[in-house]
Amino acid sequence: MIYWTALQAIVWREALRFIHQRERFVAALVRPLIWLLVFAAGFRAALGLSIIPPYQTYITYQTYIVPGLCGMILLFNGMQSSLSLIIDRELGSMKLLLTCPLPRWWLLLSKLIGATMISVLQVYAFLAVAAGFGIKLPAFGYVAIAPALMITGLMLGALGLFLSSFIKQLENFSGVMNFVIFPMFFLSSALYPLWKMAESSVLLHNICAANPFTHGVELIRFAAYLKWNFPALGWTVFSTAIFTALALWGYNSARSSKS
Amino acid sequence: MNGITVSGLTFSYGTRTALSDVSFDIGRGRFCALLGPNGAGKSTLFSILTGLRPTDTGHVTIAGHDIATHRRAALAQLGIVFQQPTLDLDLTVRQNLSYFAALHGIRGKERAKRIDAVLERLFITDRADDKTRSLNGGHRRRTEIARALLHDPKVLLLDEPTVGLDAQSRKAITDHVHDLTIDGTTVLWATHLPDEIWDADRLVVLHQSRVLADGTAGVIRGPRNLNDAFLSMVSP
Repeated sequence: MIYWTALQAIVWREALRFIHQRERFVAALVRPLIWLLVFAAGFRAALGLSIIPPYQTYITYQTYIVPGLCGMILLFNGMQSSLSLIIDRELGSMKLLLTCPLPRWWLLLSKLIGATMISVLQVYAFLAVAAGFGIKLPAFGYVAIAPALMITGLMLGALGLFLSSFIKQLENFSGVMNFVIFPMFFLSSALYPLWKMAESSVLLHNICAANPFTHGVELIRFAAYLKWNFPALGWTVFSTAIFTALALWGYNSARSSKS
Repeated sequence: MNGITVSGLTFSYGTRTALSDVSFDIGRGRFCALLGPNGAGKSTLFSILTGLRPTDTGHVTIAGHDIATHRRAALAQLGIVFQQPTLDLDLTVRQNLSYFAALHGIRGKERAKRIDAVLERLFITDRADDKTRSLNGGHRRRTEIARALLHDPKVLLLDEPTVGLDAQSRKAITDHVHDLTIDGTTVLWATHLPDEIWDADRLVVLHQSRVLADGTAGVIRGPRNLNDAFLSMVSP
């Protein structure tokens, strides 16, 4: 019971923290909307898309990038929550959490679940605004993507958690932007299909295909059109497990570290 | 059973020794001051006592539970006031306390009852629904202490809890924490300010990673005031 109570408390605190940071919510919403309404509109004519699964007809570029932008929200939020962990560590709130009479893995997992749930809510807010502009998913797609968003969010949150265990100072976080967020986003299928990338460079295509973020985005894309993508699901679950294990290891070794 | 037992504790950061064969024990319901200049090893000792750092050599028990082998049982009996603030400034005092109580598995009516009790105990009931951001330093510290007492710990650790407070707030908090021992709580109070220590208190002086003195504060200071006695002990 103490496990469940603690999980509820951590999720509740993440939610309250989010409500109190309205500018964070607005930023998380504005970023993908600019991509959707400005960037995608401009690229619409330049980028010809053929019919590729899960789509059964020609689609606009704006429709294509919606799942990628959902992934973008999860990616930025995953990193943002790791940033908040660094702040928590500089204050005493991380110590407070780690001195609770609960296993460390459970506390970190609770934190991860809380942050991911907030990210998923933000994705739905984005989808609602996008629908307002006429860019819609199939009706049941909105329900079907929930688990895909949750798994992808957990994967990216776990990556953020792992990175935060090694970032000693807040100032180093800009490095995460340059070396993690941007490469992960641009070297994926979020903005262009992989076959398009293969036309330019086989190497880049292979990197994109190996990028866990690509699989997260494809999982969301297929779920949105009520289709299974087992390889994407497998890769996303596998990456989630690896990143979670690395995050727990990172925090345990940070605990034992004498530096 | 002792509140805290520290035996043969040694800890190093690489080649730099932070604690060298530190031993002391504090009986149940005693107030013990841990006095030492900056860099004496107090913070390292606190990290080990709270399970945040592992022990190199030696043992630590909290209310009879070894922190290395029975970490969770030891932490369940431990209330901690860290030097750094732990409160979420955007939440009210009650929300902050509620969050912490939940982390200790306290729920429902019991949670509300305990929150009311600690608010009353620390004389901050009237600030319960204020955001912590609006509290002054003294009230924030009281809220931290209230937080640390929520789960009714047998042992209370405070790491320089009066840092940055004015003289009046410091005295009020020092007096209050001394009073906590009446109901059997063991208190370890780390400080570098001798005026926070009473003559009847147990005193452990830590200097350059070693225990320099251990006894009753009044006896250790002798005819001098504690400040002078402390300065003469730690002067090169």
